[in-house]
Amino acid sequence: MRGYFGRKLLIYALTFVAAATIDWLIPRFMPGNPVQALLSRSHVTPEALPALQAYYNSLFGLDQPIFQQYLNFWSSLLHGDLGRSVYLSGSPVTQVIMGALPYTVALLIPAILLSWWAGNKFGAIAARRKWLDNAFLPVGYILTATPYMWLGIVIAWVLGTVFEVFPISGGYSYALEPSLTWTFIGSLASHWVMPFASLFLVGFGGWAIGMRNMIIYELDADYSRYLTSLGAPSSLVRRYAYRNALLPQVTGLALQLGVIVAGALVTEIVFAYPGIGKLLLAAVQNQDYFLLQGIFLFVIIGVLIANFLVDIAYVFVDPRTRVGMRGGPA
Amino acid sequence: MAKRQRFVALLAILSLATAACGTSASPSPSVAPSTAASPAASAAASAAPSPAPSAAAVESYPRNETLYTTGTMWGPPSDASYNPLDPNPEMGTVGLVYETLFLYDPIADTFTPWLAESGTWTDATTYTIKTRSGVTWSDGQPFSAADVAFTIGLAKLKAVGSNIWNYVTDATATDDSTVVVKFSNPAYQEWAQWTYNSPILPQHIWAAKANEDILKDKNPNGVGTGPYMYKTAAQDRMVYVKNDNWWAKTALNIDVQPKYIVDIVNGANNIALGLLMQGGIDLSNNFLPGVATLVDKGYVSTYYKQAPYMLSANTAWLATNDAKKPMDDAAFRQAIAWSINVPDIVNKVYGNIVKAADPTGLLPTWSKYVDTAQRDALGFKYDPAKAASILAAAGYKKGGDGFYTNKDGSPLKLTVVVPTGWSDWEAARDVIIASLKAAGINAEAKIADYNARTAALQKGDFDLAVVNDVQLGSTPWTYYDFMFRQPLQDPAAKNRNYGSFSNADAWALVQQLDKTQVSDVAGMQAITSKLQKISLTDMPIIPLWYNGAWSQVSNAAWTNWPSDGGLHVYPVTWNGYWQMSAIKMLTEIKLVTK
Repeated sequence: MRGYFGRKLLIYALTFVAAATIDWLIPRFMPGNPVQALLSRSHVTPEALPALQAYYNSLFGLDQPIFQQYLNFWSSLLHGDLGRSVYLSGSPVTQVIMGALPYTVALLIPAILLSWWAGNKFGAIAARRKWLDNAFLPVGYILTATPYMWLGIVIAWVLGTVFEVFPISGGYSYALEPSLTWTFIGSLASHWVMPFASLFLVGFGGWAIGMRNMIIYELDADYSRYLTSLGAPSSLVRRYAYRNALLPQVTGLALQLGVIVAGALVTEIVFAYPGIGKLLLAAVQNQDYFLLQGIFLFVIIGVLIANFLVDIAYVFVDPRTRVGMRGGPA
Repeated sequence: MAKRQRFVALLAILSLATAACGTSASPSPSVAPSTAASPAASAAASAAPSPAPSAAAVESYPRNETLYTTGTMWGPPSDASYNPLDPNPEMGTVGLVYETLFLYDPIADTFTPWLAESGTWTDATTYTIKTRSGVTWSDGQPFSAADVAFTIGLAKLKAVGSNIWNYVTDATATDDSTVVVKFSNPAYQEWAQWTYNSPILPQHIWAAKANEDILKDKNPNGVGTGPYMYKTAAQDRMVYVKNDNWWAKTALNIDVQPKYIVDIVNGANNIALGLLMQGGIDLSNNFLPGVATLVDKGYVSTYYKQAPYMLSANTAWLATNDAKKPMDDAAFRQAIAWSINVPDIVNKVYGNIVKAADPTGLLPTWSKYVDTAQRDALGFKYDPAKAASILAAAGYKKGGDGFYTNKDGSPLKLTVVVPTGWSDWEAARDVIIASLKAAGINAEAKIADYNARTAALQKGDFDLAVVNDVQLGSTPWTYYDFMFRQPLQDPAAKNRNYGSFSNADAWALVQQLDKTQVSDVAGMQAITSKLQKISLTDMPIIPLWYNGAWSQVSNAAWTNWPSDGGLHVYPVTWNGYWQMSAIKMLTEIKLVTK
């Protein structure tokens, strides 16, 4: 057991160092730089421009040799400091991300988990009922194949503009100030519904199709046939098939949870919903090294944690892993 | 089995929650809980036991007291800067919270005394400001001449990014309401810009901040003299609340009408349009393609009821890289100018919400400086045949592929760059390329995002680029300073004359213009006439069209908006426009009574 997790943790640590380094490097390979982006948006007089550039470069430590900047990155990272956003006037990146994160998490976690759960259940049922399968399969494929942007806009247009059931933009009513009142929570919830529903629908279709295919495959596998020929009740066979079919779905879920932070980009733009996705877009457009770095670091950590969780989960859901850990043949 | 599933889900949630907590608990002492985030988080976790929400009064902005605007912000306002010295402060920091000595009216081309009662050149090198009496800062302290003198002195700090101390030698408050500013070789045009662009700051607060770190101060809750005060900011909106003690109520007998201004972060076009049509926002300063159709159908209103619908904000021109052949040849640049189908850009790309630029490129605000006879004689228009005759006369010949070659016979293919994602400019670029090709000049698009494109402009790594860096303002000097700037700046800090055009006479004229009194219109006209002649013959840049001051309004809640037939003011909330008289929009709009 200890060997298994020790090995995994070492791999994760190495992955983290490599990923964080690439994360640090990539923005710096882009042409231009954040200070230039900042100053080109305002109309500074030519006499003052070099002085302002020098001021900002030293403020953000960009006047130091590139190697020193890399060392600074690690030293502040180990102190839990992600640096300051250039584009957001030097706001600490941690603060900027923490401000946006609750919206993204509250949107994506329920959407991913619920669509995973419902999709798997539905897919498993669909695999066993011909009429449901025939009806659902085309719909499921259409749902997953629909460009998300388009689906989002259609939902926003129908429910937001035509029927005006839900508000079309914002995290909560523009007329409200946040407070712990039912009015405010109701407003939060009604603004949450459409982005959530759009994400849920797309995810649901994907999971359901995956599960349906897996179940059909598993029911056709030798062990299922053998069990059936032994006279086992079909409910027992289905239960075994479901367990086996679930394994790749668990892996898929882990990956989904990992990229959660970046995943909401399109949703947040279509529904003008606050969150990390919008920040990410602005960070790229303004070449904000530190903000970009910080957001991707969250993604990296998210992917690693989720993978680690799956490693743990596999111990429970896949007996072969347990056997492997005890040194038996995997 | 079902149990296990739930277990996995629970684990996943727990881990993410702990990960999130872990980061927030990490040492970052300056992390102030953002107003929106914390209640959002608690509401998101409302399944978990949390303090029960009360039915207590919720703070809200009633529709009949609130103006909803959008079109200025791209990032979360809760992390933005409200420091008036920041190069890109949040909308309204200057104009709503902090005010300037004068307002400039770009439609009438006049200056209106604002925090100053008057400003006069008592002699060629002395400018005397009489400050307005009875003005108080929003913390109750009186405003005085000392604040003005202090603000001028603050510009000595490099971080402030001002160049006025190149020609100002001294600024002293001689009494409570008089500031005497001494100059050596004054740049009258630049100084006039300073008087309506630079916010006056309270000395009793900013004296303590005056150092090179002054820009680090995000300054929410800034103390200004203006009609509004910062109220709150969240991830996707920010709110101003009216300052009930605004001086103009008694001094000028005017008052801003909305009690609150809620400015909303820009979303996709469909959002701005949807909100506008639902009456959820009152004023959108976004570029909305095809808005002309909606104006014609009466869904939204713009400044003009028909084309061009919008007032003009800046000139979009084609920068030519004169360091490269054959763009170094004025005749070749002329040929490009004559070959571009600007009418197509105006009609097809923009649906007539912009105007074709005057051949001089001078904005409508500066039309009194246009030497029309000279322009009619020398100016270009869309005429591919004329382009062909110019190229033939200059000795350019076509190669076997039907396209012109360089004079040495080598093939020629120009690139045109615009920032990726600026969809209207990308469509305009395609028209430009098609026009050039039709005229026998081979061209293709160069793809680069805004930063890469700006870097390419600075390094001279381009052939042709669409540029609109000179904004509306009080003086055509800014436009010619951009066009003819000498000496050429260091590429790393280049923000003028991207094409590296060199003409010593023109640069001398630009400096002479800068040092001409604003009141000397005839003198300015004489100089700009000479500059126009150079720009029309040498073609350092090729003016194409006037970008609009995008503005569409809803009459659902507020009405009496600026329009051609009514109040002549730019209905624009962008930085720089409040002090260009847009503040008068807020004093003139009326509530729709139902």
